[in-house]
Amino acid sequence: MTTAALQVQAVSKQFGPVRALDGVSLELHPGEAHALIGENGAGKSTLIKLITGVYRPDVGQMHYLGEPVLFAGPRDAQAAGISTIYQEVNLVPQRSVAGNLFLGREPTNRLGLISFRQMNRQARETLLQYGITVDVRRPLGELGLGVQQMIAVARALSTDARVVIMDEPTSSLEPREVDRLVEVIGLLRRQQIAVLYVTHKLDEVFRLCQRVTVLRDGRVVHSGPVADTGRLRLVAAMLGRDVADVREHGATSFSEEHHAASGSPVLRAEALTRRPRLDGVSVDIHAGEVVGLAGLLGSGRTETAKAIFGAEPVDSGSVHVGANATVGGRPSRRWTPAAAIRHGLGMVPEDRAVEGVIGDLSVRDNIVLAALPRLTRAAFLSERRQNQLVDTFVTRLRIKLSSPNQKVRELSGGNQQKVLLARMLCLRPAVLILDEPTRGIDVGAKAEIQALIDELAGQGLGVLLISSELEEVVEGADRVLVLRDGAVVSTLQGTEISEDRIMHAIAAASLDAAETATGEQS
Amino acid sequence: MTVQAIGHRERADVLKLLEAAGVYLAIVLLMLFNLAFTPHFATVTNLRLQLVQVAPVAIVAVGMALVIATEGIDLSVGSTMALAAALIPLYIGYGAGPAIVIGLLAGVAVGLVNGGLVAFAGIQPIIATLGLLVAGRGVALVFANGRLVELFDPTLGALGNSAVLGVPISVLVVFGVAVVAGIAMRRAAFGRRVLAIGGNRAAAALAGLPVKRTLLTVYAVSGCLAAVAGVLSTARQGASDPSFVGLLIELSAITAVVVGGTPLSGGRVRIVGTLMGALLMQLITATLIQHNLPDSTARMVQAVIIVVAVYVQRGRSRA
Repeated sequence: MTTAALQVQAVSKQFGPVRALDGVSLELHPGEAHALIGENGAGKSTLIKLITGVYRPDVGQMHYLGEPVLFAGPRDAQAAGISTIYQEVNLVPQRSVAGNLFLGREPTNRLGLISFRQMNRQARETLLQYGITVDVRRPLGELGLGVQQMIAVARALSTDARVVIMDEPTSSLEPREVDRLVEVIGLLRRQQIAVLYVTHKLDEVFRLCQRVTVLRDGRVVHSGPVADTGRLRLVAAMLGRDVADVREHGATSFSEEHHAASGSPVLRAEALTRRPRLDGVSVDIHAGEVVGLAGLLGSGRTETAKAIFGAEPVDSGSVHVGANATVGGRPSRRWTPAAAIRHGLGMVPEDRAVEGVIGDLSVRDNIVLAALPRLTRAAFLSERRQNQLVDTFVTRLRIKLSSPNQKVRELSGGNQQKVLLARMLCLRPAVLILDEPTRGIDVGAKAEIQALIDELAGQGLGVLLISSELEEVVEGADRVLVLRDGAVVSTLQGTEISEDRIMHAIAAASLDAAETATGEQS
Repeated sequence: MTVQAIGHRERADVLKLLEAAGVYLAIVLLMLFNLAFTPHFATVTNLRLQLVQVAPVAIVAVGMALVIATEGIDLSVGSTMALAAALIPLYIGYGAGPAIVIGLLAGVAVGLVNGGLVAFAGIQPIIATLGLLVAGRGVALVFANGRLVELFDPTLGALGNSAVLGVPISVLVVFGVAVVAGIAMRRAAFGRRVLAIGGNRAAAALAGLPVKRTLLTVYAVSGCLAAVAGVLSTARQGASDPSFVGLLIELSAITAVVVGGTPLSGGRVRIVGTLMGALLMQLITATLIQHNLPDSTARMVQAVIIVVAVYVQRGRSRA
């Protein structure tokens, strides 16, 4: 193999008493995509920050293109040819595509003013290399997230990068957009650029990368070619578990057995319609049943959840809740989250930071938030009952915190998600709607939440589970509804449920949709 | 660890301390300075005067603190004071009690309009309340025919100028308002709702909290407290002066809130800090004036203090 583009040798970094990295080594080779995986807190971010010069290592050194280096800061690293593309697209949505591409280094004419004609032409040429044909004069914010991310990539690369670091680039992309990213990474590799690909998703490791390094507790616990590594081996390394143990429990932590749905449903949503996003979706959920909603981004999964919970208005349709699903036939305007909660529904929303936690409030306040009316006597809150409730759920969900008075923003993603689950569970709901309950959280917390969903269903809770990870829906749900364009196109039950069947249902239904999309692109 | 890193931590600690106790520290320092260098400062008469002068700002600032905690702002408080003041002479014929009640109801009404615009029409608080900042005083001047009206009602006069156990009534009102607001924010579900809405409105709505009703209440409380301040100012002056009562008080109130440690970004609130913020600004003005510096100097000093307060909070939120 050729000389490494970047060599990190036995670096350590300590923050106070915490050893974030402990003798970590990593080699990135030109033309190779190298996956970096690990749970939250494993040290991935610290390693990236060391490479990009945000931190300096306490011990150890780095070689870049064969020379020993110590970057003074991110700008320094970028100037040297190490580009980083962050999870969130760091561009200006109001400015044009070309303007974003050349932000801070716009081509100028003789008067020192921006030459828009030249900028637009160069932007078109640059983007064409990546197979993107958009009107470069359009504001960036009008484009899909995937295209935006491509433009971020293109921007990063136009600075003559030799190493590109991608930090969970697909976390907000649709499958079709992921395909595009795969092509771009192929392109980078052909240009002999080294790619460091940080991800939570195992599928992508196998699809995109040649090498993989697994971090756990600041140490490298596995490193080698992807081809020699089994899926199970990776999961085991990340979790610090036995391979046999993982095999026994499957890739997710759902149990094998499915819950029998019997009797009448506890929730019946009928013909929910809100044009153009929802087109007559009906969902039944029985006590103790986990119903999965599958479908591509924009197929109406989140809209269905929000309509059922009263968080978004509908044009028509009804939601019936209750032991015999007799309460209901509600006009849409009166059906609010507050009403839904009173009738025994709970929802954990998709976007934890935007719609879920209240960062400045304590963990305790966040947990009891929805239960406030029940904890109030003559307008005052009962301290004792609050604490009881909080203690119960912190123990039960194993929320890791220093004190219930800690601000929730200080917790890790997984623990924040558990706080949101606790907020809904302390209402003792009959039906819980979970929109992407394990997105962006570490493998350990993910396993715990999956096991919890199982346990709750076992106790009679009806669950509506939305996930863009197929295996989660397949292994977690007793029944799966496949959505496309705001309508249910297929219902799978029991042994019919498989990734294959779901993908077929989506693909069969969306053939014509895909054709239209391609037509629009060209 | 490098020396630089340790230095950074110490700086963060200093900022944290300033953020938590800066306003108290500043008041203590200013008091010490005055005790040493200002003649006639430590007299009962002077201290009482300072408290009486700060009372309207303090009352308005408590309401403002609640509004700011919801990530809002209420610019209409000064005009609301004027409106309450303008209504008193019109109804004083029925007695001081009914006149005051009508003044307070006008304040609640203004608050409900503000709250309605913010909660139901979805207008940004700064714009919604700007409307009544402009219109409110106009309406007040129409009621008053644009004139100052002297009032000779004995009850109203007593409200403005008498004291209980040596404490002026307006100061007692400040304490009463602060205690009720403090308890409501700390111990009642209402306070939790306010902070949740200010911290993350979407999350609060999805948790089933009555977001619109709470916002409406908060603005109504702010309007009512502004009217209280308007009534007290009128009582103390013995005259209804809608042209000037409460002029620019919205800025003093916002300053008191911010200097007291409540961030403009919502989700957090400090009631006692707000009172201290108001007191600090009052003491600064008084000190400078007593040392024969013009009012304009006091304003410049206040500006510096506002910038420092906001800087300290910024340091905190990044840490």
